[in-house]
Amino acid sequence: MTELSKSGAAVGEPTGTSSAPTAFLEVRDLKVHFPTDDGLVKSVDGLSFQLEKGKTLGIVGESGSGKSVTSLGIMGLHTAGQYGKRKAQISGEIWLDGTELLSADPDHVRKLRGREMAMIFQDPLSALHPYYTIGQQIVEAYRIHHPVDKKTAKRRAVEMLDRVGIPQPDKRVDNYPHEFSGGMRQRAMIAMSLVNNPELLIADEPTTALDVTVQAQILDLIRDLQKEFGSAVIIITHDLGVVAELADDLLVMYGGRCVERGPAEKVFYEPRHPYTWGLLGSMPRLDREQQERLIPVKGSPPSLINLPSGCAFNPRCPYADVPKDDVTRTVRPDLTEVGSKHWAACHMSQEQRERIWTEEIAPKL
Amino acid sequence: MLVVIVMVVFSIFFLIPKWAGVDIAASFVGKQADPASIKAVGEKLGLGDPIYAQVWEFFRGIFVGRTYSGGGDVTECAAPCFGYSFRSEQAIWPVLTDRFPVTLGLALGAAVLWLIFGLAAGVLSALKRGTLWDRGAMIVALAGVSLPIYFTGLLSLAAFSYGLGWLDAQYVPLSDSFTGWLGGMILPWITLAFLYAAMYARITRATMMEILGEDYIRTARAKGLREGVVIRKHAMRSTMTPILTMLGMDLGALIGGAILTETTFSLPGLGQAVLNAIKNQDLPVILGVTLITSLAVLIANLVVDVLYAVIDPRVRLA
Repeated sequence: MTELSKSGAAVGEPTGTSSAPTAFLEVRDLKVHFPTDDGLVKSVDGLSFQLEKGKTLGIVGESGSGKSVTSLGIMGLHTAGQYGKRKAQISGEIWLDGTELLSADPDHVRKLRGREMAMIFQDPLSALHPYYTIGQQIVEAYRIHHPVDKKTAKRRAVEMLDRVGIPQPDKRVDNYPHEFSGGMRQRAMIAMSLVNNPELLIADEPTTALDVTVQAQILDLIRDLQKEFGSAVIIITHDLGVVAELADDLLVMYGGRCVERGPAEKVFYEPRHPYTWGLLGSMPRLDREQQERLIPVKGSPPSLINLPSGCAFNPRCPYADVPKDDVTRTVRPDLTEVGSKHWAACHMSQEQRERIWTEEIAPKL
Repeated sequence: MLVVIVMVVFSIFFLIPKWAGVDIAASFVGKQADPASIKAVGEKLGLGDPIYAQVWEFFRGIFVGRTYSGGGDVTECAAPCFGYSFRSEQAIWPVLTDRFPVTLGLALGAAVLWLIFGLAAGVLSALKRGTLWDRGAMIVALAGVSLPIYFTGLLSLAAFSYGLGWLDAQYVPLSDSFTGWLGGMILPWITLAFLYAAMYARITRATMMEILGEDYIRTARAKGLREGVVIRKHAMRSTMTPILTMLGMDLGALIGGAILTETTFSLPGLGQAVLNAIKNQDLPVILGVTLITSLAVLIANLVVDVLYAVIDPRVRLA
């Protein structure tokens, strides 16, 4: 299991130090804010986590919780190619293998992109350039970081297509994205992102745009490739089912912050945040006996410009009145340790949460 | 397909004088002519024949030549015969071949200018959106789109030709003198290119901004490509698609005669010819130029379609 954090103080709080961490990837108090006409959109507001090589972190949350913004932030894609006056405001620290990315030279970060860290996007049809063949796009990705001729690079592309399970790779390499099926396109996208053996792979909703039958195949592929290449993987999804089997650790985001995180089985079987309970209740499960209705999380995601005061989840939380003195509406809860390497940000006491989970929530799931 | 469209467009032009109630024969002979000579001219031009026969005669004339006879005298019009103007007493074909190079030179030269400046300004504005440069370029572009050619044209003539005396406002054929031709064409090129560059800059800016938001641009950056390569190789190629469509239509229309520019700068091109022909009700000239125009538009569109397939592989299937 990943060493999430060695001391409780490093969690969810600005550490104030900038010493190089021991973890392969460490994000400290990441904030990504976007100025708009309506105000400052705080898409990510103080996020910290760690990830070791060979491990998988699942980031879970609903739309607008800051999952994708976090991944683009790690890749440095908020600042690259940013035009016009309004710029994203990013602060905090992102340590990748001993290098702090936010303060590093942008050109250095660019060279790390694609080689040290790569990304798989949600919709492979729109994420691949429609005017270039699959082969041309993989060759380009390879040749940015490897000074080889086109022939060698193309051989490498065919090899990668073969590796991700595309039949007749020597022929398909000359096809255009529109000539591939959805699942094949995502395989090609994966081949392209892994062509340089990146140590960190970020998969941003890699199966959302795919048929259900293809989803499992793609997830299996990602897992197999991770074993083979030994990379660290971040899987971003709104679907707990996707990360259930894959992730070692889980991080649940709400309103740009982490509300719960810990080893995957802890978060699944002993969740300690009402929002995680809600996510679990709204997840369709095949192992459930009766045909029950799913229980949605009531209400809608909060505005990232004006987050509710206190706990951001309080307007939707059925247990908002359990803690005394209206504390949920006035004080923002910090992440506190609720178990071994397991943290949650909730005002309810440990005992209250344990009781609600075992007596009210768990039996219904 | 191409041929059918040309035929249909062309036949309509035979019908227009009839619908408008213009007696072509009478307009040729003159107002004081007696009915007999009007009838003779009508016979000679084949105006009494049904429309399909007139169209057939015209197209046959292109390939085998044509003999106009009636009322006692005979006029020969050798192949390729694009009609015969009885007003100026000459075959149309030489008029077209004389004037076509002028218009073609005007249109192509201006197109080169407006593509260079329009695209450059559009891309730069998209990359520097919201800045002073962007605002300035778009204000100039708005002016370019809004100001009519006969205003900017006359202004440039007054300034550079009459005022500063830098350029001679005189058309010199390319075959006579290259520098002379260049000197005479620069102002018309700039005037015409200003209008089109403004339109192209605006379209380029809007398209570029849209393309830069595409997922595959983000993918290109995620690969570690330099931003310059992302723009040139990935964004520009997509931006070219709508630009090409516009270019095809604009070039086609201009080759049919840039009437305002040619008139302003007294360029002896197709546009000027057709304007004079309309003033003089010289139908054969109008018909000849119309044929060339519709051909030019169609060919330009054909070229665009081919280029389209070269740029966008998805078009190749269809």
